[in-house]
Amino acid sequence: MPLYHNDDQAMLKDSVAPFVAEQAPVSHLRKLRDSADATGFSRDLWTQFTEMGLPGMLVPEAHGGLGMGHMEAGIVLEEIGRNLTPSPFLSTSVGAVAALAKAGGTQAGRWLPAIASGEAIIALAIDEGAKHRPDRIAATATRAGNGFRLDGKKSFVLHGHVADMSIVAAKTDGGITLFAVPKDAKGVTADPRRLVDSSLASHVTLDGVEVDADAVIGEVDAGGDILDALLAATRTGAAAEMVGVGQGAMDMTVTYLKERKQFGKLIGEFQGLQHRAAHLYGEMEVARATVMKAQQLLDEGNEGAKLMVSVAKAKAGRAANLAVREGVQMHGGIGMTDEYDIGLYMKRDRALAEYMGDVHYHIDQVARMNGY
Amino acid sequence: MSDLDAFRAEVRGWLEANCPAEMREPIREEGDVCWGGRNWVFKNDAQKQWLEACAAKGYTVPDWPKAYGGAGLTPEQTKIFKQEMKRIHARSPLDSFGIWMLGPALLQFGTEEQKVQYLNPIARGEIRWCQGYSEPGSGSDLVSLQTFGEDKGDHWVVNGSKIWTSYADQADWIFCLVRTDKANKYQGITFMLFDMASKGVTTKPILLISGNSPFCETFFDDVEVPKTQYVGEINRGWDVAKYLLGHEREMISGGGAGGDMVSIGGAFAKSFGKNAAGELDDPILRAEMAAFDVDVFAYRAMGERFMDMWKTGRAHPASSNMMKYVGTELNKRRHELVMSGGGSEALEWDSEETKGGARARGWLRTKANSIEGGTSEVMLNVIAKRILDLPGA
Ligand SMILES: Cc1cc2nc3c(=O)[nH]c(=O)nc-3n(C[C@H](O)[C@H](O)[C@H](O)COP(=O)(O)OP(=O)(O)OC[C@H]3O[C@@H](n4cnc5c(N)ncnc54)[C@H](O)[C@@H]3O)c2cc1C
Ligand SMILES: Cc1cc2nc3c(=O)[nH]c(=O)nc-3n(C[C@H](O)[C@H](O)[C@H](O)COP(=O)(O)OP(=O)(O)OC[C@H]3O[C@@H](n4cnc5c(N)ncnc54)[C@H](O)[C@@H]3O)c2cc1C
Repeated sequence: MPLYHNDDQAMLKDSVAPFVAEQAPVSHLRKLRDSADATGFSRDLWTQFTEMGLPGMLVPEAHGGLGMGHMEAGIVLEEIGRNLTPSPFLSTSVGAVAALAKAGGTQAGRWLPAIASGEAIIALAIDEGAKHRPDRIAATATRAGNGFRLDGKKSFVLHGHVADMSIVAAKTDGGITLFAVPKDAKGVTADPRRLVDSSLASHVTLDGVEVDADAVIGEVDAGGDILDALLAATRTGAAAEMVGVGQGAMDMTVTYLKERKQFGKLIGEFQGLQHRAAHLYGEMEVARATVMKAQQLLDEGNEGAKLMVSVAKAKAGRAANLAVREGVQMHGGIGMTDEYDIGLYMKRDRALAEYMGDVHYHIDQVARMNGY
Repeated sequence: MSDLDAFRAEVRGWLEANCPAEMREPIREEGDVCWGGRNWVFKNDAQKQWLEACAAKGYTVPDWPKAYGGAGLTPEQTKIFKQEMKRIHARSPLDSFGIWMLGPALLQFGTEEQKVQYLNPIARGEIRWCQGYSEPGSGSDLVSLQTFGEDKGDHWVVNGSKIWTSYADQADWIFCLVRTDKANKYQGITFMLFDMASKGVTTKPILLISGNSPFCETFFDDVEVPKTQYVGEINRGWDVAKYLLGHEREMISGGGAGGDMVSIGGAFAKSFGKNAAGELDDPILRAEMAAFDVDVFAYRAMGERFMDMWKTGRAHPASSNMMKYVGTELNKRRHELVMSGGGSEALEWDSEETKGGARARGWLRTKANSIEGGTSEVMLNVIAKRILDLPGA
C-alpha cells in the first residue's frame, strides 16, 4: 500500500475539509468558550457529523457503521485539529470504538450502534494522576453480588461529565478489566475542569459503584489487550489531530510572514525566519508521514503498529509543538493577544501533547520496544 | 494471487537462485561497494557474478526501460523488488553516479540515441561517471561557474578547473557544467559529457579530514569536446543540472540508496551494558538515543512516503531538498551518538580492533553529508522559496 491517500480517501478529505472549515472554524471554538459552554462541544455540530456518517466511521458495518480504518479517521481528525474544533470524536468514535470492536460481546452490541447513530457520547477513564501511566492503574473492581464494585479516582477524562458511558480501566484479581459504566451509575461523580484549551476534562470519583457482570468489556482480567487497542487508536488519533494543529499554525504563520512588513521589507524576506520556517516544514512533513504509517499499520493489523504508534505520538508532538512555538514567536506582539488565533493553537497543542502519553512517555516506550 | 503477489514470488525465487551468499553480508569496507567502470577490480568472484546476473536481468536499474538496460518495472514492482532485496540483506549490485544522477537526467533530457549509447553501459557497470559541477569560486552559488568552452565549430575547447570532484581519478567519463556564453548567467551553461582520458584532463587527489581521499581537483587544459556531446540544449544546461541535483539530493537523503535506518539504542544496548531494570546503563545517553530513534523511525516512514509520491509524480518537485536536509542532519546526529556510545575506544584511528578507526573516520565523513550535493542552508533556502513561496528568497 502506498503511503499517500487513495482516491476514496482523497474524496473523503475533499468533503470533510470544507465541511469542518465552514461549520466549525476557530470562531466556533471561541463562541463556545466565550459563552462558558458547559457541555464542552456543540450538540448541533455532532448532529451534522452524524448526518455525514462520521461518528460511526470505524464502527464495523455489522453494527451499523461504515467499517473504515484509522487512515480515514485520521482525515477527519486532521481537520478537527486544523480548525481547533471541540468534538467528542476522538474519545467516542476512535478510542471507544477500537476497544468495543476488539472486545465484541454484549457491550459492543449495545454501544457500537448507538455510537454510529450519533446517540452515544463515550468517555475514556484511564489516567489516574497528572501523567499518563496506564501500566500503574490503581482503581479496583471487586466481585460483589452478580457483578462488580468499582472504587478509585480517574483524571483527565474528556467529556466525562456528559458521556452516556465511560470506559473505565480497573484492576481485578488477575489483571486489568475494562468496564462500561453508564452515565447514571450510582457512586460516580464527575467534576469537570476547564483546561487551558477551553475543553472540559473531569476528575471522576468511583465510590462503590455497582455494575452488573455484563458491564465487563471483553473478559474479566483480559482487558490488557483491549486497553492496548484503545490506547493505540487514541494515540494515533491524537497524533493525527496534532498534525492538523501544527499544519494550521504553520499555514497561518507562513501567511503572516508574507504580509507583515518591518524594516521596509516583508518579514518573510529575512533569512533568519526563512530557515526556521523551512525547518518547520520538514518536521511537519515527517510527522505527517509517520502518522500515516502508524494508521496504515494499525489498519493492516501489523505487529509493528505498536512501535510506530509511539513514534507517531512522539514525532507529531515534537513537530506540532515547534509549529505553535514558532507561530507565536514569528507573530511578534500580536501573537501574544487573545484576539489572534495563533495562541489558541498553542493551547490546543499543549492539551493534545499530554493526552494518552506525552513525548517523553513515548520516547521511553520506543527505547523499551527496542530492548534498551 | 494478484499480479503483484506473483511478481513478488518471482523476484524472491530469482534472488534466492542468483544472489551469492557473500553478497548478503553487510558492507564492511569501501571495496565491498561495487562502482564498476573500466578500471574496476572486483573484490571477489561473488561481486562480479552478482553484478552480471543483475545486469542481465535489468536489476541494476530496475525501473529503467528495458531498451536502456533496465527491467522496466512499475513503481509498485520496484518497491517490491527493493523490499525483497532488503529481506535477504542483498547488497546493491552496483552503485554509481551514472545510476543516481546522470541516468535520470538522460532519461528526461537525452535524445533516443544518447539514451541507448550512454545508459546501457551505466546499467552494466562498464562506464563510471564523475560529476564536474563545483569550482573553487563556485560552490553553493554554482551558477557563477567559470570553466569555459570556446566554440570551434564542430567542437568546444574547454579550459578551467573543477574541485571536490568525487572519484575523478577513478572515473571514465565526466558530466560537466561548462560556460558557453559569458554574457548570460543562467542561460549560458552547457551540460557536456566527455571522456576523462581526453587530452588535457588531469586530476589531483584531495585528502579529507577522515584521512581518506575520495575526491579531486580536476583541471581542463584545452580539452576538445565534440559538439554532439551535450545533454538538452546548448546554453540550457542549467535546467539539466538542476534536474540532476534533485536526484542527487534524493540519493544522498537515503531515499534512493536506503540509509542505515535501524535503532541506534538497540544496537548499543548489546555492547554498552544494561542496568538492573534492563535499561541502557546511562540514562541521559539512553534518552538521547531514544529521541534519536523516534526521528529515525519517523524519517523511515517519510522516506517511504516520499518515494511513493516521487515515483508517481505526486511529490512537490522541490521536496527532495527537504529529504536531503532532514536525512543528512539525522545521519550526522547518528554518528555523534555513535561516537558518544563508543567512548574512548571510538577515538582510535588505526588500530586493528577498530578496523582502522572506522567509527572515527565514518563520523568525520558524515560531516560532508550536509555540504555535498548542496548545503543544508541552501536546502532551507530552496524550501523557503519554492515550497513555502516566501518573498525575496
Ligand atoms: C507582553 C508585551 C508587553 C509589551 N510592552 C510594551 C510596552 O510597554 N511598550 C512598548 O512600546 N511596547 C511593548 N511591547 C511591544 C514589543 O516591544 C514588540 O511586540 C516587539 O518589539 C516586536 O514587535 P512586533 O510585535 O511589531 O513584531 P514584529 O516586529 O512584526 O516581528 C514579527 C516577527 O518578525 C521577526 N523579525 C522582525 N524583524 C526581523 C529581522 N530584521 N530579522 C529577523 N526577524 C525579524 C520578529 O523577531 C518576530 O518574530 C510589548 C509586547 C508584549 C508582547
Ligand atoms: C565529500 C564531498 C563530495 C563532493 N563531491 C562533489 C562532486 O563529485 N562534484 C562536484 O561538483 N562537487 C562535489 N562536492 C562539492 C559540493 O557540492 C560543494 O562543497 C557544496 O556545493 C558547497 O560549496 P562550497 O564548498 O563552495 O561552500 P560555500 O558555498 O562556500 O559555502 C560555505 C558556507 O556558506 C553557506 N552558504 C552559502 N551560500 C549561502 C546562502 N545563500 N545562504 C545561507 N548560507 C549560505 C553554506 O551553507 C556553507 O555553510 C563535494 C563536496 C564534498 C564535501
